[in-house]
Amino acid sequence: MDYTIKIGGEAGQGIQTIGDTLAHIFTKAGYHVFANQDYESRIRGGHNFYQIRVSHKPVIASRSSVHILVALDRESITQHERELSFDGHVLYDSQMINEKFDKPYFLNVPLLELAQKYGGSKIMANTVAIGAVLGMLGMNPDIMYQTIENNFKKKGEAVIKANIECSKAGYEFAKNECLKCSFMLSQFDKPKMLITGNEAIGAGAIASGLKFYSAYPMTPSTGIFNFVADHAKEYGIVVEQAEDEISAINMVIGASFAGVRAMTGTSGGGFSLMVEGISLSAMTETPIVIALAQRPGPATGLPTRTEQADLLFALYAGHGEFPKVIFAPGCPEQAFYLTNKAFDLAEKYQITAIILTDQYLADSQWSYEGFDLGKIKYIDYRVREEKLKEIENYKRHAFTETGISEFAVPGQSKHLVVTDSDEHDEEGHIIEDSLTRIKMVEKRLFKKMPLIKKEISPPLIYGEKNPEIVLICWGSMFGIVKELIDELIEKYKVAMIHFSEIYPFSENQNWIELIKKAKKVINIEQNATNQFAKLIKMETGIDMENHINRFDGRPFTVDELLEKVYGYIK
Amino acid sequence: MEDPLQLMNFWKKSMATLNDYKGQKPAWCPGCGNFLILKAFNEAMVEMGIEPHQFVIVSGIGQAGKFPHYTRCNTFNGLHGRTLPVATGIKLANHELKVFAVAGDGDCYGEGGNHLIHAIRRNIDVKLFVHNNQIYGLTKGQASPTTMKGVITKTQPFGVLSEQFNPLTLAIALNCSFVARGFAGDIEHLKGLIKEAVNHKGFSLVDILQPCVSFNKINTFEWYRERVYKLSDDYDPKDRLLAFQKSLEWGERIPIGVIYRNIRPTLEEQIIVIKDLPLVKQDFGVNNIQEILKNFY
Repeated sequence: MDYTIKIGGEAGQGIQTIGDTLAHIFTKAGYHVFANQDYESRIRGGHNFYQIRVSHKPVIASRSSVHILVALDRESITQHERELSFDGHVLYDSQMINEKFDKPYFLNVPLLELAQKYGGSKIMANTVAIGAVLGMLGMNPDIMYQTIENNFKKKGEAVIKANIECSKAGYEFAKNECLKCSFMLSQFDKPKMLITGNEAIGAGAIASGLKFYSAYPMTPSTGIFNFVADHAKEYGIVVEQAEDEISAINMVIGASFAGVRAMTGTSGGGFSLMVEGISLSAMTETPIVIALAQRPGPATGLPTRTEQADLLFALYAGHGEFPKVIFAPGCPEQAFYLTNKAFDLAEKYQITAIILTDQYLADSQWSYEGFDLGKIKYIDYRVREEKLKEIENYKRHAFTETGISEFAVPGQSKHLVVTDSDEHDEEGHIIEDSLTRIKMVEKRLFKKMPLIKKEISPPLIYGEKNPEIVLICWGSMFGIVKELIDELIEKYKVAMIHFSEIYPFSENQNWIELIKKAKKVINIEQNATNQFAKLIKMETGIDMENHINRFDGRPFTVDELLEKVYGYIK
Repeated sequence: MEDPLQLMNFWKKSMATLNDYKGQKPAWCPGCGNFLILKAFNEAMVEMGIEPHQFVIVSGIGQAGKFPHYTRCNTFNGLHGRTLPVATGIKLANHELKVFAVAGDGDCYGEGGNHLIHAIRRNIDVKLFVHNNQIYGLTKGQASPTTMKGVITKTQPFGVLSEQFNPLTLAIALNCSFVARGFAGDIEHLKGLIKEAVNHKGFSLVDILQPCVSFNKINTFEWYRERVYKLSDDYDPKDRLLAFQKSLEWGERIPIGVIYRNIRPTLEEQIIVIKDLPLVKQDFGVNNIQEILKNFY
């Protein structure tokens, strides 16, 4: 069983409400779910969709064929009817789109009429639609009623009751009228969690002891900001919306200097403004974490769409030469643990750590059994309170074996904590002499970098142990390429090498052997210029010849990618 | 510590002297107005019984940016224009620490203008001291936002064509909690303003007229001395309209003193999570987010 449900319509029609509620009902019933969204940069109108894949086996990417298309506008039918599977159906309301279809696989559900009749308001047409989808699937409606009750808890009994009545009406209607529906969905397993990339980063940051978050809203990173703000009160986090991204990163640097874990989040345009701040973090050795959720550029680009085109920009962001860490998680689970690792390495080495995602990962929903909080690492690397008394003579940028100087919390002892964006001496005062300069570069860069490299895990190798075909990918390509491997492995000796800790490269380079031995190596990236392949060449000298790219702002689907890979191997 | 002699010794020990405020050797030009501001600041700290470790100075880039190195204190000498965001971050993380920002006119009114507007709006309890010499010193003599209209410089060959920036009027328009103007040539008066700003709760702007002996041949010590006058004792800084009026005085007569003052809650007072304890003193460690994860099921 592997169904795809697509809800299409204009912005503001409630596509997200329907999609999100359905996705949660499925995970509550124990199913594996993958959901992604396609939306335009507007609040009303246009054409958007929400696509949910539900299965009894793990699913981590979208498929092209649709089993149930919920069409809230005519455009949804025009654009997506051809995506229907052989047993696919369209759920629509002829009153809503002013058109009637006689085709057997079109189910005309009077969403507006039922909403008016059972809920007293047309607004509840969305709830009717949710019920109708579950009716078509023949799923027990109990979990739906619970979910609706939970969703409308704050709105009171009357609203809950009206919505339950509406969902029931939709459910009964579809169940009785959709004679050709051959779907069957029943309670499957214990409930799973359903989480987006942005939520996973927010949860990872809070688990890691985040105390200060400052940002300027920018799609698709705003979800992290919202998430942290939503939990600020319970977890004692100061959240400040800055006047611009320059201010955001400088506030984060200030808070970190004062002794707390601090983070910001943005997308390409805002990140451009933060670049001088990254350089400041490097010179003053102040740890910060930045979540960079990519969207297609240049400039404003395609604000609500996806791309992996800021990798080299992030790599080189900041004038001067200094170490930084870049992680590009492949899924919410990786995002959760890598956010924790980003905090740990940033604090340990007093550097900037960047978590590089994109709209696709930021907004897509993945289902999991759960996250292991036991794996969250927390070491307080700062010198604070009692520990400060043990220091006799404090120098903020003291030369050490490792290049890491003790970071005292200013104001908690007589020791003065002095730092400067100018080149400085061990105490933090401005210098000009060449000897100190050389020693400082050695400290910040040459001493720390090899130690940081040791912390980095090698890429994930998935599939055949001795592959003839190797697919290389990074970041959010993880799910799609992994599903591709599952398809190909029956016929080919194939493996995926997925990079999530992308800079610096790990010392463990076993993956290079795989590439050298393979007959065909194909690099897959959601950008136009193969930026990761360039990074591989820079770090290892290996030149990749075969590339699959997409840069129209839409994510790959497994089926499209499969065709492209066949183009290389058949 | 009942014994008065012992008590006196205790105070002596914890009282800072001017010696405690001896910093690095200044790289300013001889005769620079900054020396006088430094003297006024150090004396103010000593007289107020504040010790070097009890505050932090955030500075930017420009001759004023070097200020914290020449006294002794916790220091974050950051980027050009970005003093106030860093100071805001520090204050939000540790509001028990006194946070001062020192910037120049190019730094704070030019590059960092947007941050000034929003720091005033937030009313973060940061004291901002602007060394306003009406010129760019470190880059050798270009016009700053406060250079007077018509002044010819190397990069303004037709003279400054933009209106002179008036920080005080802007601050009053934003209902800034404390707005003052000092003059580097009057150390005693300036020291008084610094003390008042430090004692005031809320964002404080002290614009300090500071002659640049190398690059500003117009607004010299003499030029200011002829014009500057102290606000009279019966001037009421709580009167906003009067403050607007005073802030607009420039040219023949230039007022110095506390121009405007109003009491309103600071940003940090309004943030619930730091109401009882500064952020930096709260528990450190892994947050148990079991409750958060429950929401995803």
